[in-house]
Amino acid sequence: MPDLLRLLTCGSVDDGKSTLIGRLLYDTQLIFDDQMAALLCDSVRHGTAGEHIDFALLVDGLEAEREQSITIDVAWRFFATPRRRFIVADTPGHEQYTRNMATGASNAELAVVLVDARHGVLTQTRRHSFIAALMGIRHVVLAVNKIDLVDFDQARFEAIRDAYLHAVAELGFRSIVAIPVSARFGDNICGPSANTPWYAGPALLDYLETVDVAEAAGEKPFRMPVQWVNRPNLDFRGYAGTVAAGQVRVGDAVTVAPSGVSSTVARIVTIDGEPDEARQGEPVTLVLADQIDVSRGDVLATAAAPVPATGKFDAHLVWLAEIPLFCGRSYLFKLGTRSVSGSVIHILHRVDINTFAPMPAGTLGMNEVALVSVALLAPVAVEPFRISPALGGFIVIDRLSNATVGVGMVETLTDDASNIVRHHLSVDRHALAALNGQKPTVLWFTGLSGSGKSTIANLVALRLHAIGRHSVIIDGDNLRHGLNRDLGFSEADRVENIRRAAEVARLMADAGLIVIASFISPYRSDRAFARERMEPDEFLEVFVDAPLEECRRRDPKGLYKRAEAGLISNFTGVDAPYEAPAAPELHLTTTAATADELAERVVQALQTRGRLEP
Amino acid sequence: MRKHLDIPTPIPPVDNNRVSHLRRLEAESIHIFREVLADCRAPVLLYSIGKDSTVMLHLARKAFYPGPLPFPLLHVDTGWKFREMIAFRDQMAARFGLRLIVHTNEEGRRAGINPFDHGSAYYTLVMKTEALKQALDRHGFDAAFGGGRRDEEKSRAKERIFSFRTANHQWDPKNQRPEFWNLYNGRTNAGETIRVFPLSNWTELDVWTYIMHENLPIVPLYFAAERPVVERDGTLIVVDDERMRLLPGEVARPRLVRFRSLGCYPLTGAVASSARDLPAIVAEMTAVQSSERGGRVIDRDEADSMEKKKREGYF
Repeated sequence: MPDLLRLLTCGSVDDGKSTLIGRLLYDTQLIFDDQMAALLCDSVRHGTAGEHIDFALLVDGLEAEREQSITIDVAWRFFATPRRRFIVADTPGHEQYTRNMATGASNAELAVVLVDARHGVLTQTRRHSFIAALMGIRHVVLAVNKIDLVDFDQARFEAIRDAYLHAVAELGFRSIVAIPVSARFGDNICGPSANTPWYAGPALLDYLETVDVAEAAGEKPFRMPVQWVNRPNLDFRGYAGTVAAGQVRVGDAVTVAPSGVSSTVARIVTIDGEPDEARQGEPVTLVLADQIDVSRGDVLATAAAPVPATGKFDAHLVWLAEIPLFCGRSYLFKLGTRSVSGSVIHILHRVDINTFAPMPAGTLGMNEVALVSVALLAPVAVEPFRISPALGGFIVIDRLSNATVGVGMVETLTDDASNIVRHHLSVDRHALAALNGQKPTVLWFTGLSGSGKSTIANLVALRLHAIGRHSVIIDGDNLRHGLNRDLGFSEADRVENIRRAAEVARLMADAGLIVIASFISPYRSDRAFARERMEPDEFLEVFVDAPLEECRRRDPKGLYKRAEAGLISNFTGVDAPYEAPAAPELHLTTTAATADELAERVVQALQTRGRLEP
Repeated sequence: MRKHLDIPTPIPPVDNNRVSHLRRLEAESIHIFREVLADCRAPVLLYSIGKDSTVMLHLARKAFYPGPLPFPLLHVDTGWKFREMIAFRDQMAARFGLRLIVHTNEEGRRAGINPFDHGSAYYTLVMKTEALKQALDRHGFDAAFGGGRRDEEKSRAKERIFSFRTANHQWDPKNQRPEFWNLYNGRTNAGETIRVFPLSNWTELDVWTYIMHENLPIVPLYFAAERPVVERDGTLIVVDDERMRLLPGEVARPRLVRFRSLGCYPLTGAVASSARDLPAIVAEMTAVQSSERGGRVIDRDEADSMEKKKREGYF
């Protein structure tokens, strides 16, 4: 059975990527008769090749793409020769579709980088080569296309080849082969061209059929992220997953990360029988000799070389969303089979993907790349991407929209994180709280400016004091006068403001207090972050709901007037959004009751939820 | 066996043949099945009885062995499937103890929507696309496995393995979630769904070769046999029951044909073939000169036909 090569074609707009793939399909006779008929018809209607067949139309699949004669999204194509089967990811050249290009690159083993012989190495050429290297591609073919349009000039070809080798010298490619081609006329595609007698190297297809992209021989230690625990009955408990690296045999000692517990492999179960060993790439179900706690997201590894577990690492991050990345904002990170909350705590530097130079940056916009520090809320099994792509690649998911907003490659584990052992408090929060006849609780008031948060918060504090309970108020104003004096009102600063507030609330709760936190906190993801700092029943979200018109009318601090006059920007409700809570523990409608009545409801809620002892 | 303890064992090179082409595709698909089960609340396997569904079902059984299939199968029955397909479906469900949900758009059936009077486009919209949406909504499925492959058609070539749909079942081809390595994002908000295509990277030939290697049972219609055939606009229609409307002068004649793709019988063209077993089919597929969906009447209506149908919610 022939083996399989996954490759990527990339390069600048109009360098002829789609034409090249069309040509490969055509020359390997993978275009069916009825598709050919449709192609001839399309060439007349949308084509840009005049009398000739426009091969690009074969692969530009979406209506918008054919109308605009550009490639928007990555397309997967298939062709085969007797020696090999190929899956080609044809990726877009336009800068705004870099994320689609990265999608195609992530599963490719080799990149065919096209340049137009007339234009040479362009910004896009460098950018795509950088992304390809970042996503783990180690082998490159530089296809110098449209060589017919420079009269098959050897000097031109060699100048472009040398410029490219110079441009990507620091990207760590293991092999780079330059080939002069004409995708439109087929020169050096399937066989040597009479037009380039000076070129002695392989034709493109010959090279793709024979190039060896396999990792260097040598054993990598066994790793398998657990996808799913298979428990069809009480007698069977198996851990299903795909072997990510190395091999495993029955009887091997394995260690679970992050827990560090060990056992041995008792059986390897598949529907086709129980083999003695399983290797990289094989999907298996492992049964262990001991009853130990293993769940989805854990990684089974050879006991001789266990996987480190940490919640802190530095990584290259490609940002994919129109909404920028903000440091401190809570996102979901999916690594291997584990999804865990965390945030980017620091952008070390942005990478200029045209010059590869480090640049300072506070946030990250769409298609930008940076080296960042990540902190997760729980330690996970992780290894640097260059050692283990399966345990070092991750995606970042927006908590509200569930969109995939970033993709990252772990560079280094931040060791100091694992050295911080949380100090075990000998007098814990529950003991402190019990002394006061209460349980540590955070009441998180959210709502528009002027909705009445502070008023109600004050009344709640007074009532608690009257019945001998201990509380503390933290609000946006008192925090911004001290701890958060350095922050403004940009989205990034607002995220940081709430992050610090949540941490302060957590510390106060650790002191056994009822914490009354009062913040506009307009973003759901930030409130979710605050919630996650606490145990599930310790956090009550209180939505102080007043119509925007009413808040405007009240305007206790004159802020709406100033915002509308343009004196304040990013003001919630005026020129910045407020994302109302979907399911708050308490929903206080201020137009239906007095502040006193609402405060009473809050205290009652504390009582009925058992936060105050009778 | 004698062991030479004094000679260090050389490190064996990675055996690339062991994980050959089909094994790599199989492993990728099994990984996808397990990710969906772990990440989604209520998955379902869209079972259309054809060869792709056969391979999907087999891969899903492999993924969850020794446990039973942890999700049901859904067959959207238009009422116009070949009788042999329905019989095969029920056999498979019984043999593997599968939970099978059969759904028909009852409104459409009561209104008598059929491929003869209403045209293939409208018939497909009502009896397939709408029916599918009804079934997904009724049972609250948040992920549905489909047998679509990227080699089938131009807009499919651009589709992700996890293909996100809005609460209205719409596909936005210009705003697909980026997808990296084998890290799939199966998260949805209420009402949103994911269509999952575990066979995305398989070709038609891969599917047949795999069926041959694994010796999987398939609907007999895939094998050549003498069948009553009417030739209409170059398409060979096999007359499966008395509901077939013959035009004046048309007579069904026995011909040696088989199917490359199965659907509703009045809309599915057969091909002249003498391939009576799997090796013959694989040999025929290796040499074939027309595309698989060429036999489907519904795809030819216009160039962007499939993209339009997919935006509307067709699988």
